[in-house]
Amino acid sequence: MTDNAARVIGRMFSDISIAIDAHKDHLTALDGAIGDADHGITMSLGFNAVTNELAGMDLDHVAASAVLASAAAAFLNAVGASTGPLYASAFLQAAKVLEKSETLSLENHVEMIVAMTAGIQERGKGQRGDKTMLDAWIPATEAAIKAQNDGADVRVLWNEVIHAAEAGANATRSMVAARGRAARLGERSLGHVDPGAASAVIILRAMKNRLDFS
Amino acid sequence: MQRFINDPNLVVEDTVKGFVKAHSDILRLGQNPRVIVAKDAPVAGKVGVITGGGSGHEPGFMGYTGKNMLDAVAVGELFSSPTAKSFHDAIREANGGTGVICLYGNYAGDNMNVKMAVRLAAKEGIEVATVVANDDVCSAPPHEREKRRGVAGEIFMWKIGSARATQGGSLEEVRAVAQKAIDNCRSIGVGLGPCTLPAVGHPNFQIEPDTMEVGIGHHGEPGVRVEPLKSAEAIARDMCQIVLDDHNLPAGTEVAVLVSGLGATPLNELYILNDTIETEISARGLIIHRTYIGNYFTSLEMVGATLTVFALDAETKALLDVEANCTMKL
Repeated sequence: MTDNAARVIGRMFSDISIAIDAHKDHLTALDGAIGDADHGITMSLGFNAVTNELAGMDLDHVAASAVLASAAAAFLNAVGASTGPLYASAFLQAAKVLEKSETLSLENHVEMIVAMTAGIQERGKGQRGDKTMLDAWIPATEAAIKAQNDGADVRVLWNEVIHAAEAGANATRSMVAARGRAARLGERSLGHVDPGAASAVIILRAMKNRLDFS
Repeated sequence: MQRFINDPNLVVEDTVKGFVKAHSDILRLGQNPRVIVAKDAPVAGKVGVITGGGSGHEPGFMGYTGKNMLDAVAVGELFSSPTAKSFHDAIREANGGTGVICLYGNYAGDNMNVKMAVRLAAKEGIEVATVVANDDVCSAPPHEREKRRGVAGEIFMWKIGSARATQGGSLEEVRAVAQKAIDNCRSIGVGLGPCTLPAVGHPNFQIEPDTMEVGIGHHGEPGVRVEPLKSAEAIARDMCQIVLDDHNLPAGTEVAVLVSGLGATPLNELYILNDTIETEISARGLIIHRTYIGNYFTSLEMVGATLTVFALDAETKALLDVEANCTMKL
């Protein structure tokens, strides 16, 4: 039996939570180099709150968009920092995509990636090159749109997305932070990967592993 | 390192529990366990004054709740902005019907969570004004003052704003004077040793032996320059120079001076610093109205100190002298 869309989204969040927990120390170490060393802890806290919230939902009888909206609320209520509002906005925008059609079609994969990036950008007022999570999300979005226009199938599309996100995250090493706590370091932020970009790759990879089988 | 904790993941919960027990004469826990509320709040007809910020700065944020001080404070995780919900709940707890002002520090997370909380409160018909503190001189050059972090100068912003609210000031009057207060504060931090988040278990940056970080942030953000460790006198002179050059105050200006430890620096060293600080400030023709020395705004167990100089005028001087009852002597 194939899982319904709500259940796939539910499993996707549990995958993200497991992946974030597995990389918690690494993210914290990255943040320690240029920030306050709480990124791994904060992300883990947020996604654990999401999975706890979703565990209390009957995923056979709710819409996938409602799962995303609940995830957004749970993340926002659990996480302060800047990641709380940023990812809450991302999931809320993704929920709006699925409200229009509650399917996990390839078109909706692309639209969700586009919407999540737009949510983060709108909330944080960030740009590409600021050395933030957007340096992974924006290239990932561009890659998704390009792959879609090229007629790629779901596997190829997600491979392109992950490839672009990873390249974007790695490129933050040579950027001087313009936003967030690292921005105050100026040139001393050079040479370090942005922890928000690194966790964005982890999230996208977990999304890929769940969605490209759906 | 040896610490007094039960569970590294419950540091904030356990801190808040002990804090509320210790100070039940002046404050209480809000309905949201991440909100501290002054005992008498909300006061009908008075503008509510709130703040919020990450934990680990104690007595920072929650310790300034009280009579003629903050009505409610949102409590975040260690070094992490409170949630939008906690800010929103603090606004509700402080709402006496004539609006609420949120006086907070300039950090990306706080900015976003406060903005969301203000929107949620507006939907309920609560008018909320905000002032953002940006007194940390080394965190951005003068022409980018809006990018600077808020540090210990926030205490003066809270004191002045709260006193004006107590005197019956309107939301706009409270906002204007709190803004004036922070506009007239300049701060600098010097770090001699790093701090460790208990859940992380090791310092998130190193300060090499015999060196110091000038311009260090309140969250262990590395400073803007690393220098060989100097005598207290030389460090205090540098701190005064950085703060006062940025301030550029005419001789005869009255100032309030705050020398705060960052957590692990003994009080006697703050007095050693202050000996030179007083000399330097007076040498510039400034008149010290009041001096505050102690652990007013800390960064866990960081070794170091901050200096804040607050330039006063007749209005802010009178408001500074309004008696307040919170956990710290103000």
